[in-house]
Amino acid sequence: MICLKNILRNKIIRLMKTYIKRKVNLMEDLTDIYNDLIMEHSMNSYNKKKLDTRDFKKKGHNPNCGDEIEIEIKLGGENKDIIEDMAFSGHGCAISQSSTSIMIDVLKGKTIKEAKDIVKTFIEMIKREIKDEEELKKLEEAIAFKNISNMPARVKCALLAWHTIEDILKRSVNLSKETCLLTDLLTKGELYGK
Amino acid sequence: MDIKQIKKDFPLLENNKITYLDSGATTQKPQQVIKAIEKFYKKTNANPHRGAYSLSIEATEAYENTRTKIAKFINAKHKEEIIFCKNASEALNLIAYSYGLDNLKEGEEVVLSIMEHHSNLVPWQYVTKKTQSNLKYMYIDENYEITEEEIKTKITEKTKIVGISHISNVLGTINNVKEIIKYAHKKGAIVVLDVSQSIPHLKIDVQELDADFVVFSGHKMLAPLGIGVLYGKREILNNMKPFLMGGDMIEYVYEQDTTYAPLPNKFEAGTQNVEGVIGLGAAIDYINNIGYDTIEEIEKELVKYARQELSKLDFLEMYMTPNEENHSAVISFNINGVHPHDVSSVLDSQGICIRSGNHCAQPLLRFLGFDSTCRASFYFYNTKDDVDTLIIGLQKVYDMFKKYIKK
Repeated sequence: MICLKNILRNKIIRLMKTYIKRKVNLMEDLTDIYNDLIMEHSMNSYNKKKLDTRDFKKKGHNPNCGDEIEIEIKLGGENKDIIEDMAFSGHGCAISQSSTSIMIDVLKGKTIKEAKDIVKTFIEMIKREIKDEEELKKLEEAIAFKNISNMPARVKCALLAWHTIEDILKRSVNLSKETCLLTDLLTKGELYGK
Repeated sequence: MDIKQIKKDFPLLENNKITYLDSGATTQKPQQVIKAIEKFYKKTNANPHRGAYSLSIEATEAYENTRTKIAKFINAKHKEEIIFCKNASEALNLIAYSYGLDNLKEGEEVVLSIMEHHSNLVPWQYVTKKTQSNLKYMYIDENYEITEEEIKTKITEKTKIVGISHISNVLGTINNVKEIIKYAHKKGAIVVLDVSQSIPHLKIDVQELDADFVVFSGHKMLAPLGIGVLYGKREILNNMKPFLMGGDMIEYVYEQDTTYAPLPNKFEAGTQNVEGVIGLGAAIDYINNIGYDTIEEIEKELVKYARQELSKLDFLEMYMTPNEENHSAVISFNINGVHPHDVSSVLDSQGICIRSGNHCAQPLLRFLGFDSTCRASFYFYNTKDDVDTLIIGLQKVYDMFKKYIKK
């Protein structure tokens, strides 16, 4: 009888500890996420502007919560395979807006190939498919969103910009060579010349 | 009635340290409803209307007795005027397809209020486009209400269908539906009344209101998810084509032709959500046991307290009518400078459940000039403690974000 009582008591204590740990973690995660870096990028981003000229632009939208962004990208370099400039406009929660702004900081100056790899790594980090610190270094400041992987309700917000750019990057390969692709994009109204 | 005792009837609220303020999205279920479903599966489960054995007869009785119970609950004249659906959305689609498509001609009008839920809006977009009729809206004034003038201007001789929510799920505005129905009938229009947000809180009498169609979802009034009710006047339902077709809604089926069953079966194709119906019956028993008078009394005091305490927060903006008698248990608000999604994340970390987003009412929010709001919705199992917890939570949100908010 005493044995059973102890077992039950220990089980309750274990459950309580897990509950408290989870609650503390949740609050910690939040304080981590809503830090100065994220909030600055959300409220006062220097990346929130219109480019004078752009090669691509695309809208991203989370219909459930109303996060909206539009990303503009200008390619440069001999083979038009370097991200020369990027900017965004939009409105939404702090996570979606800051994720867009920080993504722009990380991807500016990278080649399309490098950018694709960084985007893939970021998405995998959020989905908890990569935890290796070495691999995550290439994400630079975007590593600040690591804890979003513990907050399922905010995953879509953090990923909005990255899924949007993934789409653009898929189409922007070999811009100078793929003229039929260009014509296709021109007809669709998604490609802007100088 | 001891208010604190009520919460004990709700296992999820008893077993989880959360402050649940999203009853407008779905209500928590009392033990009595959960047990009724368990009992059905343990003692009475069979497919109604199909077998000739005693168990099937019992299941049929349990199902049909609930239909009678609902008819009595909303004072419908005939029990065959009660059709079971999945939810209010399905009921509204049934009306749009089976009534709307056949009863609108080019140039005629469907008039909705701007505060309609997408489910009483999107189907009408389809129907008016298909029939080349026009979709018009009654807009709200600065008090978030529809004026008499607006009703009389927008509903004309051309109007054939008026769609209106009894209570707005965003603003909590109680619309003067009796007046709207009277005027619509005068102009020769029928009225589709969505009582999803009102039937949990107040008595609905379909004959007194004289609405032609009334819809609601069970899960917003303590019943399980996946059950809803369509009420329609018998003469109107009899003249409508079926919506979903197949088993049970037929009389004779030949290779190329079929005759349809009479009401209500005509509109209930296939095996229904019988456990949902049983749960809905138990939910009605629970509400009748507590009584709408008690529910209204509890909520009147609770929401008054919530309004009062929330107005003290100067960083908060609320969107609701100043006329308290026209306001129900829903309060939409925003913390200036903080996105609703961020607000609800921080509240969530404190165990407070509110909704943030467009609440399935994008046209309304666009009309009001924002893309999303926070929403706290109350039910009789909430207490003043819940309101206090919300206030403390909102203060914490503001404290966290205030240094970043642009002045």
